[in-house]
Amino acid sequence: MDVLVCVKRVPMVGGRIALTEDERHVDTTMLGFTVSPHEECAVEEAVEITESHGGTVTVCTLGPYEAAEQLRAAMAVGAHAAHLLETARDDFGPVGTARAITEAVRGLEASRGLPFDLLLFGNEAADTGDHQVGVRVAHALGRPCATGVKHLAVANDRVEARREYRGVEELFVLTLPAVVTVKEGINLPRYPSLPGRMRAKKAPVTTETPDFQPDRLQMERLRVPRAERRSAEILGNGEEAVPALVALLAEWGIVG
Amino acid sequence: MSELEQAAAVIIGAGIVGNSLAYHLAKLGWRDLVLVDKGPMPNPGGSTGHASNFIYGIEYSKMMADLTADSTRQYKELGVFIESGGLEVARTAARMEEVRRRASAATAWGVRREIVSPGEVHELVPYVDPSVVVGAIYFPEVGVVDSLRAGTIMRERAELLGALTVRAGTEVLGIEVDPVTRRVRGVRTTSGDFATETVAVCCGVWSPRIARMAGASIPLTPIVHQMISVGPVPLFADTSGEIAYPIVRDVDTNMYERQHGGDLEVGSYAHRPMIVRPDAIPSNEEAALSPTEMPFTQEDFDPQLEQALELMPELLGDERVGIRYAINGLISMTPDGHPVLGETPEVKGLWSVAASWIKEGPGIGRAVAELMTEGVSEIDIAEADIARFYDFQRTRRHVEARAAEGFNKMYGIVHPAEQWSDERRVRLPPMYEQEVALGAFFYQTAGWERPHWYESNAPLLERYGDAVLPREAEWESRWWSPIINAEHLAMREACGLVDLTAFVEIDVTGPGALETVQQLAVAQMDVPVGRVVYTSLLDGRGGFKADLTIMRLGPEHFRVVTGGAHGMADKKWIADHLPDDGRAHLCDLTSAWSTIGLWGPRARDILTSVTPDDVSHEGFPFATCRNIEVDGIAVLASRISYVGELGWELYVPMEQGARLWEVLADAGGPHGLVPVGIGVYGTTGRLEKGYRAYGNELSADYDLVEAGMTRPSVKPQPFVGKEAYLAQRERPPVATLCTLVVDDHRASDGRLRHPLGGEPVLTPAGERIVDAKGRPSYVTSAGSGPSVGRHLLFAYLPTDLAVEGQRFLVECMSERLPVTVAVAGSRPLFDPANERVRA
Repeated sequence: MDVLVCVKRVPMVGGRIALTEDERHVDTTMLGFTVSPHEECAVEEAVEITESHGGTVTVCTLGPYEAAEQLRAAMAVGAHAAHLLETARDDFGPVGTARAITEAVRGLEASRGLPFDLLLFGNEAADTGDHQVGVRVAHALGRPCATGVKHLAVANDRVEARREYRGVEELFVLTLPAVVTVKEGINLPRYPSLPGRMRAKKAPVTTETPDFQPDRLQMERLRVPRAERRSAEILGNGEEAVPALVALLAEWGIVG
Repeated sequence: MSELEQAAAVIIGAGIVGNSLAYHLAKLGWRDLVLVDKGPMPNPGGSTGHASNFIYGIEYSKMMADLTADSTRQYKELGVFIESGGLEVARTAARMEEVRRRASAATAWGVRREIVSPGEVHELVPYVDPSVVVGAIYFPEVGVVDSLRAGTIMRERAELLGALTVRAGTEVLGIEVDPVTRRVRGVRTTSGDFATETVAVCCGVWSPRIARMAGASIPLTPIVHQMISVGPVPLFADTSGEIAYPIVRDVDTNMYERQHGGDLEVGSYAHRPMIVRPDAIPSNEEAALSPTEMPFTQEDFDPQLEQALELMPELLGDERVGIRYAINGLISMTPDGHPVLGETPEVKGLWSVAASWIKEGPGIGRAVAELMTEGVSEIDIAEADIARFYDFQRTRRHVEARAAEGFNKMYGIVHPAEQWSDERRVRLPPMYEQEVALGAFFYQTAGWERPHWYESNAPLLERYGDAVLPREAEWESRWWSPIINAEHLAMREACGLVDLTAFVEIDVTGPGALETVQQLAVAQMDVPVGRVVYTSLLDGRGGFKADLTIMRLGPEHFRVVTGGAHGMADKKWIADHLPDDGRAHLCDLTSAWSTIGLWGPRARDILTSVTPDDVSHEGFPFATCRNIEVDGIAVLASRISYVGELGWELYVPMEQGARLWEVLADAGGPHGLVPVGIGVYGTTGRLEKGYRAYGNELSADYDLVEAGMTRPSVKPQPFVGKEAYLAQRERPPVATLCTLVVDDHRASDGRLRHPLGGEPVLTPAGERIVDAKGRPSYVTSAGSGPSVGRHLLFAYLPTDLAVEGQRFLVECMSERLPVTVAVAGSRPLFDPANERVRA
């Protein structure tokens, strides 16, 4: 099984998000970067699949030069190769990103001489949440696609993908090559080990420059909604708090 | 101000320092204390919250060792200390030498330690690869603490005393200062305003920003310290509690590794210095983790991973052990590495309690609380006094440059005389070009470039031969030259010319001037105009606060002259004692005057040749000062000496300093005059004469009687510390300052070793010596005595042991050298009758 996982470099934000002055981006001056939890799980899933079935994991992203950091993070937990669609542009939308990734997949597959068995995506990016890229790539490549998947099993030339929707578990069977977008919870991603990190640091990252065409879909502006003021009531300190706590637990029906 | 609440003091910041200060103030009787923090309790998001929390007692600075020991005692009393032991491993031979030096420092301060072999390291910490290390020093009393819990307990104890109100989630918006008196009036916060005369800034990395609200500066910068936590470590699964294996400081790679439950924390001071400006720290709400746990920058840590893996290959090479937590943690760095403590010079009632590590926090809280309450603290924290900084040292550029240079020295092998390489040439004496032409080797004091010796004097080496007391070992030869001793001999033989531009000159003037200096000085200040008085200033408990000279230039005009290193702290001390009614004024003239010392048997001949004024012994007696003319330059000449020779300090307007230097150099040539560096002035000349130095022998820990500096009578006028001083005179001194000579320099490896200061003095049986007040005997100053042909040491010894001829050992680099008490008391070893200065 050869798996390609696509990830996206996103800012690691705290409770309150600050925007840049033009209100088109998250202000990342004081922030670190990561990938979405869905994508961390996608990488883990790919690594686990190749651990039990053999094969390779290639991780791919579209982003700035610095996005190699996210590719190396994936290699530190077991991805074998990395490919960066390097661009300084910040206006790649879901359509343009999907187009660029599709082209990259075609290129990588052409040089490999065979297709990736499985393309994994996170269900949606942590910052823009478009839910589009995986589906668009699948459509462009003419491959079957399952989304929101929380369980994946590989058997010969196909994969079984399960997801829960409105209280029902759905089971899909996809013939390979296929595209699957996964959700957090499908597995518990591992932490990078020191040797893993050191291997990743030395591993090569191949790079290409993606073509850009403006989308007919444009993100105009971001706004941080007014947060609800949440308040907490201190019931008391130490022993003196016990009666109030017991009364509250009784009110909630937790104790009789 | 709305909702005005009264507070005796507002403490800003609920980290280990703020909590500790609140607790100790409450214990000392303060009530109506308010502790505010913008973050939540018990971890408001400052550096305390991400600290690795381990405590090594070893320090070269006695102050830091004392503060750490006191903090450890407090943590133990709070029940939050776990003893784990701690190692510092050496990977190189140079580090093993440093290990031996640290072992001696540990002996000096009473820190238990043992030098161990690689095999013993492996026994103590089985996951260390013994083949990577050549040895180590083991400190069995090292431990870890729960600093957040300690803070909580201290806060709760203060609350229990009814002394403290805690306001979490409260941000300080402003500090109100009276524009005329420059005293604190109140604090504005998001939970209301407080009227108070006392504000303590315990804000760690945010301290500069908070102090600025009051118009004061706290010179520190936040800087990144990277730390990761890896786990789960299978080996630790079988251990219980937080830590079962000794902490490892892998000092050669600037790293540490310590067990934390099932994980191993790996911290680094090896990466590039990453300065973060206080205003660039995210808020609690915006931070992904906490404000001081900034995003980890992996590429900076990568080289350290390899080094850690080298030391602990099995544990860290385990693929199942993952990096679970990684931060760029923020810590505070100051220009000189010491904390920043005390009342700010800019604003009365505004206290800085900043740049403390976990290991000093409780000790600092106690010491500053004592200072705020009684004006003196049990542990002398003068070295950390916020008043020590000059304005240039408060600039952002200086603070950041020194922090950046100091960061990688954290675990470095730093020679006691090592000079900074960045931020040089910030203050230049007027004769700087001439000094450069003479091949001056510059040290930096208070920003001034000062020649320590002159390469132009190298030819003197041949003249004096072995009398220059050559040194063999590289360490003691570092930042030193035998030329210093040659200059010393040439000065004693003919004459020396010394650049003393770094002196601080402070004029006290006005109708209240006499009263001001009189109440500060131990010596009688109501002297005739034209007298120079050498005097100590004491604190309220009779410890040394300063040691300086005061010239009476007019009935209402005194000029205080003090050393560059302590000048700014002395200035604040004097300013704090000016009368409230404005009858005396202080004026800092440091930048207006340069000073040149002219000393030696030929000094009078040289001066006579360039002045029309009477400089004979009768015409210009010792300990007097007057204006003279030197080749058209108006000079204030003061006939005193810190090197024990006939001569003068010549005060000259800064812009004429170069000319005076030239005039004297030209006139002195035929008399054998040589330029002489501070190596002579500060060490060799002083030691031979038994002259004490503030910061070395003279500290708040000792008194005038012990230092051998009492005068026959005590003046009738009141002065600070008088009652304590009178009491000290009534009883025999607990310790006596002695001059010791090294009898044999040969170490066990056959090399000659020379103590440089800080070494412990031991009994002939090798036992530590501690006096009845618990003070250890150690070398307070050390250096060559070229004119007496011996290497000289000053040390306080318990008075019953301070007997001339008595033999002891000095532990230098873990070697024990035999020494003898040459003088018990202040009698000079050279020219004991002081005939030369009065020639």
